[in-house]
Amino acid sequence: MGATKTVTDATFEADVLKSDKPVVVDYWAEWCGPCRQVAPVLEQIATEHADKIDVVKLNVEENPVTSQRYGIINIPTLSVFKGGEVVKEIVGARPKSALLRELADFI
Amino acid sequence: MTDVRDVIVIGSGPAGYTAALYAARARLNPLVFEGSVTSGGALMKTTDVENYPGFPDGVLGPDLMDAIRKQAERFGAELIPDDVTEVDLTANPKVIHVGSDTYLAKAVIIATGSGYRELGVPGEERLGGHGVSWCATCDGFFFRDQDIAVVGGGDSAMEEATFLTRFTRSVTVIHRRDTLRASKIMQDRAFANPKINFAWDSEVVEVVGEDRVSGVRIRNVKTGAESTLPVTGVFVAIGHDPRSELFTGKLATDPEGYLLVEQPTTRTAIAGVFAAGDVVDRTYRQAVTAAGTGCAAALDAERWLADQEG
Repeated sequence: MGATKTVTDATFEADVLKSDKPVVVDYWAEWCGPCRQVAPVLEQIATEHADKIDVVKLNVEENPVTSQRYGIINIPTLSVFKGGEVVKEIVGARPKSALLRELADFI
Repeated sequence: MTDVRDVIVIGSGPAGYTAALYAARARLNPLVFEGSVTSGGALMKTTDVENYPGFPDGVLGPDLMDAIRKQAERFGAELIPDDVTEVDLTANPKVIHVGSDTYLAKAVIIATGSGYRELGVPGEERLGGHGVSWCATCDGFFFRDQDIAVVGGGDSAMEEATFLTRFTRSVTVIHRRDTLRASKIMQDRAFANPKINFAWDSEVVEVVGEDRVSGVRIRNVKTGAESTLPVTGVFVAIGHDPRSELFTGKLATDPEGYLLVEQPTTRTAIAGVFAAGDVVDRTYRQAVTAAGTGCAAALDAERWLADQEG
Protein backbone atom coordinates (compact mmCIF):
# COMPACT_ATOMS: atom_id res chain seq x y z
CA MET A 1 0.00 0.00 0.00
CA GLY A 2 1.09 3.52 -0.65
CA ALA A 3 3.96 4.80 -2.71
CA THR A 4 6.67 3.62 -0.34
CA LYS A 5 7.90 0.05 -0.52
CA THR A 6 8.99 -2.19 2.34
CA VAL A 7 12.50 -3.64 2.18
CA THR A 8 14.12 -6.26 4.39
CA ASP A 9 17.58 -7.63 5.10
CA ALA A 10 16.89 -10.16 2.33
CA THR A 11 15.78 -7.68 -0.32
CA PHE A 12 18.07 -4.77 0.58
CA GLU A 13 20.73 -5.57 -1.99
CA ALA A 14 18.35 -5.90 -4.90
CA ASP A 15 15.99 -3.09 -3.97
CA VAL A 16 18.46 -0.54 -2.64
CA LEU A 17 22.09 -1.28 -3.47
CA LYS A 18 21.42 -2.33 -7.06
CA SER A 19 18.71 0.19 -7.82
CA ASP A 20 19.17 2.39 -10.87
CA LYS A 21 17.50 5.30 -9.11
CA PRO A 22 18.61 6.95 -5.88
CA VAL A 23 16.80 5.29 -2.97
CA VAL A 24 15.77 6.96 0.27
CA VAL A 25 15.75 4.37 3.07
CA ASP A 26 13.53 5.20 6.03
CA TYR A 27 14.80 3.33 9.09
CA TRP A 28 11.86 3.08 11.46
CA ALA A 29 10.19 1.03 14.19
CA GLU A 30 6.69 0.56 15.53
CA TRP A 31 7.51 2.14 18.90
CA CYS A 32 8.97 5.34 17.45
CA GLY A 33 6.51 8.26 17.61
CA PRO A 34 8.51 10.61 15.36
CA CYS A 35 8.72 7.80 12.76
CA ARG A 36 4.92 7.71 12.73
CA GLN A 37 4.85 11.49 12.39
CA VAL A 38 7.16 11.62 9.38
CA ALA A 39 5.61 8.62 7.56
CA PRO A 40 2.83 10.54 5.77
CA VAL A 41 5.33 13.14 4.55
CA LEU A 42 7.49 10.38 3.06
CA GLU A 43 4.43 8.91 1.33
CA GLN A 44 3.80 12.31 -0.27
CA ILE A 45 7.41 12.71 -1.35
CA ALA A 46 7.43 9.17 -2.76
CA THR A 47 4.29 9.89 -4.79
CA GLU A 48 5.35 13.28 -6.04
CA HIS A 49 8.87 12.28 -7.05
CA ALA A 50 8.35 8.67 -8.12
CA ASP A 51 10.10 9.34 -11.44
CA LYS A 52 13.36 10.36 -9.74
CA ILE A 53 13.67 8.42 -6.49
CA ASP A 54 12.37 5.39 -4.62
CA VAL A 55 11.41 5.73 -0.99
CA VAL A 56 11.61 2.48 0.97
CA LYS A 57 10.95 1.59 4.60
CA LEU A 58 13.15 -0.72 6.66
CA ASN A 59 11.91 -1.90 10.05
CA VAL A 60 15.01 -1.89 12.29
CA GLU A 61 13.58 -4.38 14.75
CA GLU A 62 12.87 -6.99 12.10
CA ASN A 63 16.00 -6.28 10.04
CA PRO A 64 18.93 -5.91 12.42
CA VAL A 65 21.61 -6.90 9.89
CA THR A 66 21.11 -3.92 7.63
CA SER A 67 20.60 -1.37 10.38
CA GLN A 68 23.74 -2.58 12.16
CA ARG A 69 25.81 -2.63 8.99
CA TYR A 70 25.01 1.04 8.45
CA GLY A 71 25.44 1.96 12.12
CA ILE A 72 21.88 3.16 12.64
CA ILE A 73 21.42 4.08 16.31
CA ASN A 74 18.88 6.89 16.06
CA ILE A 75 15.52 6.73 14.31
CA PRO A 76 13.96 7.97 12.22
CA THR A 77 17.05 8.11 10.00
CA LEU A 78 16.71 8.68 6.28
CA SER A 79 19.67 7.49 4.23
CA VAL A 80 20.00 8.23 0.54
CA PHE A 81 21.73 5.46 -1.43
CA LYS A 82 23.13 6.08 -4.88
CA GLY A 83 25.06 3.40 -6.75
CA GLY A 84 25.11 1.25 -3.62
CA GLU A 85 26.69 3.95 -1.44
CA VAL A 86 25.24 6.18 1.25
CA VAL A 87 25.44 9.70 -0.13
CA LYS A 88 23.32 11.49 2.44
CA GLU A 89 21.96 10.90 5.92
CA ILE A 90 19.14 12.84 7.57
CA VAL A 91 18.48 12.08 11.23
CA GLY A 92 15.21 12.93 12.93
CA ALA A 93 11.77 13.85 11.62
CA ARG A 94 11.74 17.05 9.57
CA PRO A 95 8.95 19.05 7.96
CA LYS A 96 8.29 18.33 4.30
CA SER A 97 9.83 21.59 3.09
CA ALA A 98 13.06 20.83 4.97
CA LEU A 99 13.19 17.28 3.61
CA LEU A 100 12.66 18.50 0.07
CA ARG A 101 15.55 20.93 0.55
CA GLU A 102 17.78 18.12 1.82
CA LEU A 103 16.76 15.91 -1.09
CA ALA A 104 17.02 18.65 -3.71
CA ASP A 105 20.08 17.08 -5.37
CA PHE A 106 18.14 13.91 -6.10
CA ILE A 107 14.70 15.08 -7.22
CA MET B 1 -11.64 33.44 -2.98
CA THR B 2 -10.85 31.80 0.33
CA ASP B 3 -13.70 31.62 2.81
CA VAL B 4 -13.20 33.05 6.28
CA ARG B 5 -13.16 30.44 9.03
CA ASP B 6 -14.40 31.19 12.52
CA VAL B 7 -11.38 29.59 14.16
CA ILE B 8 -7.98 28.38 13.03
CA VAL B 9 -5.89 26.41 15.51
CA ILE B 10 -2.13 26.41 15.00
CA GLY B 11 -0.51 23.39 16.60
CA SER B 12 -1.59 20.02 17.85
CA GLY B 13 -0.84 18.19 21.06
CA PRO B 14 -3.26 18.16 24.01
CA ALA B 15 -3.84 21.94 23.86
CA GLY B 16 -4.46 22.18 20.12
CA TYR B 17 -6.67 19.12 19.83
CA THR B 18 -8.71 20.01 22.93
CA ALA B 19 -9.23 23.53 21.59
CA ALA B 20 -10.33 21.96 18.31
CA LEU B 21 -12.70 19.59 20.12
CA TYR B 22 -14.43 22.39 22.02
CA ALA B 23 -14.51 24.71 19.01
CA ALA B 24 -16.00 21.93 16.88
CA ARG B 25 -18.70 21.24 19.44
CA ALA B 26 -19.47 24.98 19.48
CA ARG B 27 -20.07 24.65 15.71
CA LEU B 28 -17.15 26.95 14.95
CA ASN B 29 -15.90 24.61 12.24
CA PRO B 30 -12.23 24.81 13.30
CA LEU B 31 -9.34 24.24 10.95
CA VAL B 32 -6.25 22.81 12.66
CA PHE B 33 -2.71 23.04 11.31
CA GLU B 34 -1.11 20.13 13.10
CA GLY B 35 2.40 20.57 11.73
CA SER B 36 3.81 18.24 9.08
CA VAL B 37 5.91 16.19 11.48
CA THR B 38 4.89 17.54 14.86
CA SER B 39 1.29 16.32 15.04
CA GLY B 40 0.58 15.03 18.52
CA GLY B 41 3.29 17.20 20.04
CA ALA B 42 5.70 16.28 22.82
CA LEU B 43 3.66 13.28 23.97
CA MET B 44 4.56 11.45 20.76
CA LYS B 45 8.00 10.81 22.26
CA THR B 46 6.81 9.47 25.60
CA THR B 47 5.84 5.98 26.64
CA ASP B 48 3.48 5.51 29.56
CA VAL B 49 1.58 8.59 30.65
CA GLU B 50 0.62 7.71 34.21
CA ASN B 51 -0.79 11.03 35.37
CA TYR B 52 -3.50 11.80 32.82
CA PRO B 53 -6.78 11.45 34.73
CA GLY B 54 -9.10 8.74 33.56
CA PHE B 55 -6.42 6.16 32.76
CA PRO B 56 -5.81 4.19 35.96
CA ASP B 57 -3.41 1.82 34.19
CA GLY B 58 -1.62 4.55 32.26
CA VAL B 59 -1.83 5.24 28.55
CA LEU B 60 0.83 5.44 25.86
CA GLY B 61 1.54 9.05 24.85
CA PRO B 62 0.97 8.47 21.12
CA ASP B 63 -2.25 6.54 21.87
CA LEU B 64 -3.57 9.35 24.06
CA MET B 65 -2.89 11.84 21.29
CA ASP B 66 -4.54 9.64 18.65
CA ALA B 67 -7.61 9.44 20.89
CA ILE B 68 -7.93 13.20 21.48
CA ARG B 69 -7.29 13.82 17.78
CA LYS B 70 -10.07 11.39 16.80
CA GLN B 71 -12.40 12.96 19.36
CA ALA B 72 -11.87 16.39 17.77
CA GLU B 73 -12.38 14.95 14.29
CA ARG B 74 -15.59 13.21 15.34
CA PHE B 75 -17.21 16.59 16.00
CA GLY B 76 -16.05 18.08 12.72
CA ALA B 77 -12.63 19.61 13.32
CA GLU B 78 -10.73 19.71 10.04
CA LEU B 79 -7.13 18.61 10.55
CA ILE B 80 -4.30 19.48 8.18
CA PRO B 81 -0.85 17.96 8.76
CA ASP B 82 1.13 20.94 7.51
CA ASP B 83 3.25 23.78 8.86
CA VAL B 84 2.14 27.39 9.17
CA THR B 85 4.92 29.49 7.67
CA GLU B 86 3.73 33.07 8.28
CA VAL B 87 0.89 34.88 10.04
CA ASP B 88 -0.71 38.30 9.91
CA LEU B 89 -2.69 38.54 13.12
CA THR B 90 -3.56 42.24 13.01
CA ALA B 91 -5.32 42.01 9.64
CA ASN B 92 -9.06 41.55 9.57
CA PRO B 93 -9.70 38.72 8.96
CA LYS B 94 -6.44 37.22 10.19
CA VAL B 95 -4.19 35.68 7.56
CA ILE B 96 -2.41 32.33 7.90
CA HIS B 97 0.13 31.29 5.27
CA VAL B 98 1.03 27.67 4.73
CA GLY B 99 3.72 27.74 2.07
CA SER B 100 2.00 29.33 -0.94
CA ASP B 101 -1.53 28.70 0.40
CA THR B 102 -3.45 31.35 2.33
CA TYR B 103 -6.18 30.82 4.91
CA LEU B 104 -8.37 33.39 6.63
CA ALA B 105 -9.94 33.31 10.08
CA LYS B 106 -11.77 35.57 12.49
CA ALA B 107 -10.07 34.03 15.53
CA VAL B 108 -6.76 32.21 15.93
CA ILE B 109 -5.74 29.84 18.71
CA ILE B 110 -2.01 29.30 19.09
CA ALA B 111 -0.94 25.97 20.58
CA THR B 112 2.50 25.44 19.07
CA GLY B 113 3.93 23.83 22.20
CA SER B 114 7.60 23.50 22.92
CA GLY B 115 10.71 21.98 21.41
CA TYR B 116 13.49 20.15 23.23
CA ARG B 117 16.45 22.14 24.44
CA GLU B 118 19.96 21.37 23.23
CA LEU B 119 23.07 21.19 25.38
CA GLY B 120 24.98 23.60 23.18
CA VAL B 121 28.33 21.89 23.73
CA PRO B 122 31.01 20.76 21.25
CA GLY B 123 30.32 17.37 19.72
CA GLU B 124 26.57 17.46 20.28
CA GLU B 125 25.59 18.46 16.77
CA ARG B 126 28.29 16.44 15.01
CA LEU B 127 27.30 13.26 16.88
CA GLY B 128 23.55 13.88 16.66
CA GLY B 129 22.25 10.68 15.10
CA HIS B 130 25.42 8.89 16.13
CA GLY B 131 24.70 8.39 19.79
CA VAL B 132 23.30 11.77 20.85
CA SER B 133 19.53 11.42 21.09
CA TRP B 134 16.47 13.36 22.21
CA CYS B 135 14.10 10.41 22.07
CA ALA B 136 14.68 7.53 24.47
CA THR B 137 11.61 5.66 23.27
CA CYS B 138 12.93 5.78 19.69
CA ASP B 139 16.56 4.91 20.27
CA GLY B 140 16.81 2.93 23.53
CA PHE B 141 16.59 -0.29 21.53
CA PHE B 142 19.99 0.37 19.92
CA PHE B 143 21.84 0.52 23.26
CA ARG B 144 21.28 -3.00 24.52
CA ASP B 145 23.82 -3.96 27.22
CA GLN B 146 25.67 -0.67 26.84
CA ASP B 147 26.51 2.11 29.28
CA ILE B 148 24.75 5.35 28.49
CA ALA B 149 24.07 8.76 30.04
CA VAL B 150 20.92 10.81 30.50
CA VAL B 151 21.34 14.54 31.00
CA GLY B 152 18.75 16.35 33.13
CA GLY B 153 17.00 16.21 36.48
CA GLY B 154 13.31 16.62 35.71
CA ASP B 155 10.44 14.22 35.12
CA SER B 156 11.37 13.58 31.49
CA ALA B 157 14.97 12.78 32.46
CA MET B 158 13.83 10.30 35.13
CA GLU B 159 11.28 8.77 32.80
CA GLU B 160 13.92 8.32 30.10
CA ALA B 161 16.52 6.95 32.53
CA THR B 162 14.06 4.43 33.95
CA PHE B 163 12.83 3.44 30.50
CA LEU B 164 16.36 3.03 29.15
CA THR B 165 17.32 0.51 31.87
CA ARG B 166 15.06 -1.96 30.05
CA PHE B 167 17.81 -2.16 27.43
CA THR B 168 21.07 -0.85 28.80
CA ARG B 169 23.64 -2.19 31.24
CA SER B 170 23.78 1.10 33.11
CA VAL B 171 22.43 4.64 32.96
CA THR B 172 24.26 7.57 34.51
CA VAL B 173 22.07 10.59 35.16
CA ILE B 174 24.09 13.79 34.79
CA HIS B 175 22.51 16.66 36.68
CA ARG B 176 23.97 20.04 37.48
CA ARG B 177 22.45 20.25 40.98
CA ASP B 178 22.55 17.93 43.97
CA THR B 179 18.79 17.38 44.03
CA LEU B 180 16.29 16.48 41.33
CA ARG B 181 13.42 18.59 40.02
CA ALA B 182 11.44 15.47 39.14
CA SER B 183 8.27 14.50 40.99
CA LYS B 184 8.73 12.36 44.09
CA ILE B 185 7.37 9.20 42.53
CA MET B 186 9.73 9.48 39.54
CA GLN B 187 12.69 10.18 41.86
CA ASP B 188 11.90 7.21 44.09
CA ARG B 189 11.64 4.94 41.08
CA ALA B 190 15.02 6.12 39.74
CA PHE B 191 16.76 5.85 43.14
CA ALA B 192 15.43 2.32 43.59
CA ASN B 193 16.70 1.19 40.18
CA PRO B 194 20.07 -0.57 40.59
CA LYS B 195 21.06 0.23 37.00
CA ILE B 196 20.82 4.00 37.51
CA ASN B 197 23.80 5.98 38.85
CA PHE B 198 23.98 9.72 39.43
CA ALA B 199 26.66 12.25 38.56
CA TRP B 200 25.53 15.12 40.79
CA ASP B 201 26.57 18.78 40.47
CA SER B 202 27.82 17.98 37.00
CA GLU B 203 27.41 19.58 33.62
CA VAL B 204 28.35 18.25 30.22
CA VAL B 205 31.16 20.22 28.59
CA GLU B 206 31.69 18.04 25.53
CA VAL B 207 30.36 14.97 23.77
CA VAL B 208 33.34 12.96 22.54
CA GLY B 209 33.70 10.32 19.85
CA GLU B 210 34.97 9.88 16.31
CA ASP B 211 32.13 8.44 14.22
CA ARG B 212 29.91 7.78 17.17
CA VAL B 213 29.71 8.71 20.81
CA SER B 214 32.40 7.18 23.01
CA GLY B 215 31.98 9.36 26.08
CA VAL B 216 31.00 12.65 27.64
CA ARG B 217 33.32 15.05 29.36
CA ILE B 218 31.68 16.43 32.49
CA ARG B 219 32.67 19.14 34.93
CA ASN B 220 31.77 19.25 38.59
CA VAL B 221 30.24 22.69 39.05
CA LYS B 222 31.34 22.90 42.68
CA THR B 223 34.95 21.77 42.38
CA GLY B 224 35.60 22.52 38.71
CA ALA B 225 37.09 19.05 38.30
CA GLU B 226 36.62 17.50 34.88
CA SER B 227 36.31 13.83 34.05
CA THR B 228 35.22 11.67 31.14
CA LEU B 229 32.38 9.23 31.43
CA PRO B 230 32.75 6.34 28.96
CA VAL B 231 29.29 5.97 27.43
CA THR B 232 28.06 5.06 23.96
CA GLY B 233 24.87 7.07 24.10
CA VAL B 234 23.80 10.45 25.47
CA PHE B 235 20.11 11.17 25.91
CA VAL B 236 19.37 14.86 26.37
CA ALA B 237 16.39 15.74 28.58
CA ILE B 238 17.21 19.19 29.92
CA GLY B 239 13.85 20.72 29.22
CA HIS B 240 12.00 22.50 26.48
CA ASP B 241 11.74 25.95 24.97
CA PRO B 242 8.47 27.44 23.73
CA ARG B 243 7.98 27.26 19.97
CA SER B 244 7.02 30.88 19.48
CA GLU B 245 9.38 31.92 16.62
CA LEU B 246 6.43 32.33 14.25
CA PHE B 247 5.14 35.17 16.44
CA THR B 248 8.38 37.02 17.18
CA GLY B 249 7.76 40.75 16.94
CA LYS B 250 4.01 40.13 16.59
CA LEU B 251 3.02 38.99 20.06
CA ALA B 252 4.59 39.81 23.41
CA THR B 253 6.70 37.13 25.05
CA ASP B 254 8.64 36.89 28.27
CA PRO B 255 12.46 36.86 28.04
CA GLU B 256 12.46 33.10 27.42
CA GLY B 257 9.97 33.28 24.57
CA TYR B 258 6.77 32.15 26.29
CA LEU B 259 3.75 33.95 24.84
CA LEU B 260 2.09 36.33 27.29
CA VAL B 261 -1.66 36.09 27.90
CA GLU B 262 -4.08 37.98 30.12
CA GLN B 263 -4.22 35.39 32.90
CA PRO B 264 -6.49 33.73 33.87
CA THR B 265 -7.82 33.95 30.30
CA THR B 266 -6.00 32.83 27.16
CA ARG B 267 -6.31 36.24 25.45
CA THR B 268 -3.16 37.70 23.92
CA ALA B 269 -2.69 41.44 23.35
CA ILE B 270 -4.24 41.11 19.89
CA ALA B 271 -8.03 40.83 19.86
CA GLY B 272 -9.20 37.46 18.59
CA VAL B 273 -5.84 35.77 19.14
CA PHE B 274 -5.62 33.23 21.95
CA ALA B 275 -2.79 31.04 23.17
CA ALA B 276 -2.74 27.81 25.16
CA GLY B 277 -0.52 24.93 26.24
CA ASP B 278 3.24 24.74 26.58
CA VAL B 279 3.91 27.78 24.38
CA VAL B 280 2.38 29.84 27.23
CA ASP B 281 2.92 27.71 30.29
CA ARG B 282 6.33 27.97 31.93
CA THR B 283 5.05 26.64 35.24
CA TYR B 284 3.03 23.44 35.00
CA ARG B 285 3.71 21.98 31.56
CA GLN B 286 1.55 18.88 31.93
CA ALA B 287 -0.62 17.13 29.35
CA VAL B 288 -3.69 17.79 31.47
CA THR B 289 -2.92 21.50 32.01
CA ALA B 290 -2.31 21.89 28.29
CA ALA B 291 -5.66 20.24 27.55
CA GLY B 292 -7.26 22.53 30.17
CA THR B 293 -5.94 25.73 28.64
CA GLY B 294 -6.81 24.45 25.16
CA CYS B 295 -10.40 24.14 26.33
CA ALA B 296 -10.24 27.65 27.85
CA ALA B 297 -8.90 29.08 24.58
CA ALA B 298 -11.80 27.61 22.60
CA LEU B 299 -14.33 28.99 25.10
CA ASP B 300 -12.60 32.39 25.06
CA ALA B 301 -12.65 32.39 21.26
CA GLU B 302 -16.31 31.37 21.19
CA ARG B 303 -17.28 34.25 23.50
CA TRP B 304 -15.16 36.72 21.60
CA LEU B 305 -16.77 35.70 18.30
CA ALA B 306 -20.24 36.03 19.84
CA ASP B 307 -19.37 39.55 21.09
CA GLN B 308 -18.24 40.56 17.61
CA GLU B 309 -21.63 39.66 16.21
CA GLY B 310 -23.67 41.08 19.08
